Amino acid sequence: MRGWIRAACLLIVLCIAPPTARAAAAPVVGTPMPRFKLPAVSGTVNSDSLRGHVVYVDFWASWCDPCRRSFPWLRALHENYAAKGLVIVAINLDKDRVAAERFLVKYPAPFKVAFDPAGGTAEAFHVQAMPTSYLVGKDGRVLETHAGFDSKQAAAIEQRIQKECAP
Amino acid sequence: MSRSVRGRAALVLLAATLAVATAGCATTVHPWDRDLLAQKRMQLVPSPMLHAVDQHVYFSKEGSTGGDDVGGGGCGCN
Repeated sequence: MRGWIRAACLLIVLCIAPPTARAAAAPVVGTPMPRFKLPAVSGTVNSDSLRGHVVYVDFWASWCDPCRRSFPWLRALHENYAAKGLVIVAINLDKDRVAAERFLVKYPAPFKVAFDPAGGTAEAFHVQAMPTSYLVGKDGRVLETHAGFDSKQAAAIEQRIQKECAP
Repeated sequence: MSRSVRGRAALVLLAATLAVATAGCATTVHPWDRDLLAQKRMQLVPSPMLHAVDQHVYFSKEGSTGGDDVGGGGCGCN
């Protein structure tokens, strides 16, 4: 009888533990940005080389509708703040590189675009929704995280970027 | 091997088997994997039109509706 109870407990723990353990590993504002090195449209993007810049990391995919809406905004952001020290890194999570490239033809991206079809970086950043973005300060620490995209939120993010880019 | 030890070993084996069998229940779908689940080939009904035709043939032959996914009585008026 005791054996059965133990077996039942083990089962319950095994069923519940993995998702809970994953939820606890979420990156917190103020912690250093996870390191990554990914292939980009040209060359690679290495997180170590982004130190000293205000970095906006955006996880996107071609099938995600809010990502589609966010790209013109990201482009405007790049045009307005790249000269002031902002680096935008848009990390694509498509399994199919062709789908991502088709998207980029339709929605041109003058900023850095990296490809992570396996999703290892998304796991390290603990992406909870598509798109998810992270604003990282000059010291490499996460300042803000945003899940999803809407224009009201975008205005607030831009204000924060403006503040961080100020000399 | 005594009987109780054998019984315990059987229990452990059973628990391990059940644990392995149910481990699949604990996986979560990552947000970036949802494109695969949304593909047409992953749908429960891959072709809604063919399904509707099949259903029409089915209830016409059976002479009643409501047995599958269509609500209604057996008035024969459809």
